[in-house]
Amino acid sequence: MSKIVEIVGAVGSGSSTARQQVEAAIERAKTTKDYNALLSLSENRALERADAIDKKIKRGEDAGQLAGVPFVVKDNFLAYGAPTTAASKMLQNFQAPLQATAVERLEDEGAICIGKANLDAFAHGGSTENSAFGPTKNAADTTKVAGGSSGGSAVAVALDIVPFALGTDTGGSIRQPASFNGVVGVKPTYGAVSRYGVVAMASSTDTIGCLTNTIEDAELVMDIISGRDINDMTTLPDFFTPVVAPKPAQKIGLIKESMGSATDPEVRARILEYAETLKAAGHIVEEVSMPILEHAVAMYYVIVPAEVSSNLARYDGVRYGHRATNAATLAELYGRTRDEGFVTENKRRIMIGSYVLSSGYFDAYYQQAQKARTLLIDAYTILFDSYDVLLTPVAPMPAFGIGEKAEDPVQMYLTDLMTVGPSLAGLPAMSIPAGHTDAGLPVGAQLVGPARSDAALLALAKTIGDK
Amino acid sequence: MVADEVLDKYEMTIGIECHVQLATATKLFSSADNDARDKAPNSVVSAIDYGLPGMLPVLNRQAVDLAIKAAKALNAKVAKVSRFDRKHYFYPDLPKGYQTTQMYEPIILAGYVDAPLEDGSSVHVRVHHAHMEEDAGKLTHFDGYSLVDLNRAGTPLIEIVSEPDIHSALEAKAYATELYHLMTYAGVTHGDLYHGNMRFDVNISVALRGAEKLGTRAEVKNLNSFKSVEKAAEYEFRRQVALLEKGEKVVQETRGWDDVRQVTTSQRSKEDAQDYRYMPDADIPPIVLTDEEIANIQATVPALPSFYRESWKALGLDATVVNALLASRPLSELIQRLFEKNGESVARRTALWYLASVSSEHEENIFDDKIPDSHYAELTAMVDNAELSSTAAKEVFFAMLKTQHPPRSIAEEKNLLQVSDESAIAAIVDEVLADPASAKSLEDIRAGKDKAIGYLVGQIMKKSQGKANPALAQKLIKERL
Repeated sequence: MSKIVEIVGAVGSGSSTARQQVEAAIERAKTTKDYNALLSLSENRALERADAIDKKIKRGEDAGQLAGVPFVVKDNFLAYGAPTTAASKMLQNFQAPLQATAVERLEDEGAICIGKANLDAFAHGGSTENSAFGPTKNAADTTKVAGGSSGGSAVAVALDIVPFALGTDTGGSIRQPASFNGVVGVKPTYGAVSRYGVVAMASSTDTIGCLTNTIEDAELVMDIISGRDINDMTTLPDFFTPVVAPKPAQKIGLIKESMGSATDPEVRARILEYAETLKAAGHIVEEVSMPILEHAVAMYYVIVPAEVSSNLARYDGVRYGHRATNAATLAELYGRTRDEGFVTENKRRIMIGSYVLSSGYFDAYYQQAQKARTLLIDAYTILFDSYDVLLTPVAPMPAFGIGEKAEDPVQMYLTDLMTVGPSLAGLPAMSIPAGHTDAGLPVGAQLVGPARSDAALLALAKTIGDK
Repeated sequence: MVADEVLDKYEMTIGIECHVQLATATKLFSSADNDARDKAPNSVVSAIDYGLPGMLPVLNRQAVDLAIKAAKALNAKVAKVSRFDRKHYFYPDLPKGYQTTQMYEPIILAGYVDAPLEDGSSVHVRVHHAHMEEDAGKLTHFDGYSLVDLNRAGTPLIEIVSEPDIHSALEAKAYATELYHLMTYAGVTHGDLYHGNMRFDVNISVALRGAEKLGTRAEVKNLNSFKSVEKAAEYEFRRQVALLEKGEKVVQETRGWDDVRQVTTSQRSKEDAQDYRYMPDADIPPIVLTDEEIANIQATVPALPSFYRESWKALGLDATVVNALLASRPLSELIQRLFEKNGESVARRTALWYLASVSSEHEENIFDDKIPDSHYAELTAMVDNAELSSTAAKEVFFAMLKTQHPPRSIAEEKNLLQVSDESAIAAIVDEVLADPASAKSLEDIRAGKDKAIGYLVGQIMKKSQGKANPALAQKLIKERL
């Protein structure tokens, strides 16, 4: 059931108004404040836009496919009405002079951004605990993490504050929090959605996607935000067209390496059940092996920090953002600005990245990781010769406790085991709700397809349904 | 000071990196105006050049086209696939914390430049490669503050990297000058040296002649005139030889050129050298070019200096004259056009008139395209037909540059036309010969001293107010002896 279609229908028919929708969403955001899902509300601007849309509808004009639908964006999207902080002190007061392409496209269709969602600072993390403004609590259990880095977006959708949220996914940052909170998370093919106006993390794997409660809503949103943008040279011509009926009898490979003893037994059980449902729908599920996958985390944590160290170099206190006071020298200005503006995880990644790019180590680490990445891409290509879709859990475990892994970055990185592969290969990957653990924590199934198969993956998931 | 005999024992080896600002309408990765000349600080800066969060580069296709043209001028192949990389360092003139450049796969591959020297020979300098990159902004230090101006940030450049094939200050100057000619003729840059359109980094080392190993090099950065390239090389040669003669070592370092004191000064040594942490720029897809695209773009490159040099051999001009002409592309085009349409004499005379006008009253902007080609042809004909003396022709030419009037009307107005009417001159000749003051000269001539006729011709010219045709006057004198 599409919540978006429901709202658009109500607003369009006059049984509700955009203003009512926005007011209700803002009210829900305020009553769920304890979750810390949102960092800011763009209340005034949202209400102004709602009134403008209501006027349009009254005049009988076309107010767009998403007229009156409230949404939130992860706070690394440049958007009007509230600061763009990237959940960091560095950009705490940064007011964007322009909006991200994805936000513009949604607003062009009448959607209304009501606020900015929490994240790990600069999207570095898998729990939203690295936010400079406190962690977001899991929608199913407030002692657990929201996942990350798009934790605020996932919780905002799971709590029904808004029917959809935008997120970014560089190594699992949409899929993993979607899995932890029981919502749909779409990480599209690299280049499907413009990155223009989104605070860059790792240029070669950054993708823009959405989190929703239903697959139909994800299709609607992806259809609108996808497509070529002259401001992002890596965008692909629009290929996203919602598929009404999926291809019958698809061959689905369940990756063996993702179902070993390192994966929580309850997670494995839910994925096996999901596989059974796929079979019951007439598809073929076979176990496949992808040995290189176990090296994906190692590749990822060389390549991505390298790109992070580069993309965060612009935050120097000279032109905008945080600036250390009373620095005596230029070096001190840089050092203190960056020390004060970044959280520990940002600094860790900048240091790893600078190290693997430095003279003498570039070949040994960065180049080696890029070669391994090519092998990983080849492994996917070979598998997709025989299979339409690959199936894994999204994460090896359900949401963990707040603080549980905060002191152990390596344990934290290992939670990315199943999500970084598709990121390094630029492939579309979806997190689909696949039930709960006995303790009531959501589990997500990950569907991965060849490049540009985004719509087909959603169509397949739709026939199974989201739990 | 080092004695010349000592200097002669050493040879210097020079490699030059030349930054050329491309003549594009907009910047390399943004739609901001690329012409920052005389603009208020930070007034031509887009969000991309400013390095705002979330901004992405959009490659300017015109810059790629100009690089492809530059390749032709450098006798170099264009890479079918080239890529951009990031070069990292922190400095307030670098908004993104990295410069977008081409470290690993540059667009222009190996080539060469034959730079003519004043003695008519030339130096063959191999080009290692040339790559595209963006310029940085500018800092002005003021009252304890450093002011940042990002107008220049993101201006497209190509950096032309030579092999160490240069061995004298004059060769260095010749190479720099020839690069300037090549890049301006190919339309790659506006070539405004004052505004830094071309800047040279000169790497210089010295070693004893015949030594197998090159010496330790010093790099003199940011030279923006041919003269400073020459002077800096000369200075470094003497400085480094003096060090070696004293038994000291040359330090590998970056030096600056002090134009006022005409010396190089140390800026930073190799120990302070930065680790630029180069990496591929994933925001910019590779530039992929086909042979056809390259050929189509290169077909639009106009004639280059080598073409003119070859063509003008027929004009019999000195190498210095040819190089002086080549300093102006429109002038070269005019001379070539006159040569093709109106022949050798018109081209040669016009070339020499223009050069004379440079050294006399017109320092700059000597070329005037409002003058129709027929004026040059007419002026030449007037000299060839002895209607104007060469001195008078120059005067007419200078006046023509100012007024664009036809040369005949200028000559008439200034009363410069030579009298070639025999009877009119004969009367003056008779008058001069009858003058007692001429008696001595007449005697000398009869005694076989032919030179003495000069005095008489001079007197005739004087009496005719310079309008008598001197050859005719001489003929008439001889007839009367």
